[in-house]
Amino acid sequence: MTKDQMTDKDGVPSAENPPGTAPAGAVGAETRRIYWRENIRLLGMLLAIWFAVSFGAGILFVDVLNKVALGGFPLGFWFAQQGSIYVFVALIFIYSARMRAIERRLGLEPQKGAKR
Amino acid sequence: MSTTALTYLFVGLSFALYVGLAIWSRAGTTKEFYVAGAGVHPIANGMATAADWMSAASFISMAGIIAFAGYDGSVYLMGWTGGYVLLALLLAPYLRKFGQFTVPDFIGERYYSKAARVVAVVCLIAISFTYIAGQMRGVGVVFSHFLDIPIAWGVVVGMGIVFVYATLGGMKGITYTQVAQYCVLIFAYLTPAVFISMLMTGNPIPQLGLGAPLSDGSGLTVLEKLDATLVDLGFDEYTTGAKSRIDVFAITLALMVGTAGLPHVIVRFFTVPKVSDARKSAGYALVFIALLYTTAPAVGAFARLNFIETVHGAEYAAPPKTGGVPSFFRTFERIGLIAWVDKNEDGKIQYAAGPAIEGRPVFTGEAGPRGERLVANPPTATANEVEVDRDIMVLANPEIAGLPGWVVALVAAGGVAAALSTAAGLLLVISSSISHDLLKKTFLPSVSERGELVAARGAAIFAILVAGYLGVNPPGFVAQVVALAFGLAAASLFPAILMGIFFKDVNREGAIAGMIVGLVFTIGYIAYFKSPWFGATNSPEYWLFGISPEGIGVVGTALNFIVAFAVSRFTTPTPARIRALVDGIRSP
Repeated sequence: MTKDQMTDKDGVPSAENPPGTAPAGAVGAETRRIYWRENIRLLGMLLAIWFAVSFGAGILFVDVLNKVALGGFPLGFWFAQQGSIYVFVALIFIYSARMRAIERRLGLEPQKGAKR
Repeated sequence: MSTTALTYLFVGLSFALYVGLAIWSRAGTTKEFYVAGAGVHPIANGMATAADWMSAASFISMAGIIAFAGYDGSVYLMGWTGGYVLLALLLAPYLRKFGQFTVPDFIGERYYSKAARVVAVVCLIAISFTYIAGQMRGVGVVFSHFLDIPIAWGVVVGMGIVFVYATLGGMKGITYTQVAQYCVLIFAYLTPAVFISMLMTGNPIPQLGLGAPLSDGSGLTVLEKLDATLVDLGFDEYTTGAKSRIDVFAITLALMVGTAGLPHVIVRFFTVPKVSDARKSAGYALVFIALLYTTAPAVGAFARLNFIETVHGAEYAAPPKTGGVPSFFRTFERIGLIAWVDKNEDGKIQYAAGPAIEGRPVFTGEAGPRGERLVANPPTATANEVEVDRDIMVLANPEIAGLPGWVVALVAAGGVAAALSTAAGLLLVISSSISHDLLKKTFLPSVSERGELVAARGAAIFAILVAGYLGVNPPGFVAQVVALAFGLAAASLFPAILMGIFFKDVNREGAIAGMIVGLVFTIGYIAYFKSPWFGATNSPEYWLFGISPEGIGVVGTALNFIVAFAVSRFTTPTPARIRALVDGIRSP
């Protein structure tokens, strides 16, 4: 039942998909394992930074960092109200780009979806 | 043209735009109605997500909350943006790969269970209705403030507009109107912020103005001046804050996890063409959100400083030019958002720490010796004479800074756009969970595509009526507990989805038990401290681990994970076909 809904235009096991974008089963199990392992490692790294800038710099160590000035801001306060947000944006784009690179390296080019 | 005429013009033009877009992008199939045919460009989806996400609360209330909470307000800034990192890294790409219509779809299929689907629908509806009542109220408040009509009429007008484009266009209509609404709301938010930043610091970029020296010749920066002024008046320092560290930590985490688990946000990532677009789109969404969220602390700080400097020590009865109180003070006093009690009877306004009166102001309808509106509340022992509603900070900002009428009109159109876009997104997830998850997937599988589309539109109408009712008659308890929506999303849906993707061993029994425990614990804790029924004292010494009801979703989330893992260990393992399904979701 899941299957037939997923054979939608941009779903997985569809004849419309160009070659090289076959469903999970057709890609080597080893390639998938490597892909998932690299994904998890990347996630771990990025989430560590996510935690460090918000919960670390913005909350747990805010008093220490507030002794340092960044322009007219106490540094900890800046992280809590400005800096962490800029880092969050960067993290998502880094993740997106790195995942594309991993997919390209392993020959797992993302499928071409439905054209508008 | 007068400010009121301009406001009618701006709001009317924006409404015409939304309805026009809805007619242009009518939905013809259930796929178009639920996920806009999965053909939305990642940048357009990013804008739509930003509008969907940023509600009347973000637009109107957040800067005010930060203005009065200072550092403590950071929990909202980090919590409501950091959630997008979790969403982009842990949920969105996989849910897009799964490729169906709703959040309960994923939970029902992954945990091979109609019961799990129904539990997810219950969570979704509880979260979304809590949230939507506030949005409809927001539309009403903006209307009544700027157009001087009763709140109830504002709600009705808002309902009418959402009715047209949500039932006609479904997700497709909503997406393109949300893109337009984003443009309106961000322009409306940034314009006064840039003006005020220029006025106060000479720097046109509010994000930099917040840390810049003031242009009043004092040689102090905005934050130094604010710290010094507040401490003088008996407040805590602006840049440090008063909440306990563990509470700040818990609230931030609960808001982040809750954001990532909100169904109306998640479902936006079902609308892009492919998996990599879901990641990119989350990045764009956060860029568009960050534009407002990094401006808000600047708006808050400027407004607080401006407010103190213009109000504290001002003569109530004198005209503004000769040391009197500025006119916005009386405007907001008239609509009940400011109250002044002349405790020392000197005719001057003293502003200081602590509440001025007991409870929320109740006006007697009589005028005091200086012409002020008298309140029935007993005054407190503090030196503070002013009771201020925090929401006025954004609404009054253009007036406080003396900006022209078209800026005021723009802020009105922006506030309405923010409230409408979020309301529409919420209505859609409510209606699709009813027509798709309850009807098609649970109780009446034989329904045709046409029938499901009719049901979806019917459910949207039903949801609009309920939301409108809640907007006109806001249940006091619900209004207080927007925290509930985030706590519930964090404790119920987020863990179930995350475990569905990353932990194949979590099975049907585990997921259902986890969601129920997380949900019941979080509702129970919030109701215990926030509702009038238990008579519990809502203060730190009674809280579990010192965590306030706003942050308790974190404990609910942890309980959900623990229970799900434990139950999964001792029950039938996940079947092989579901393990294969998870493998499929994990591949690009």
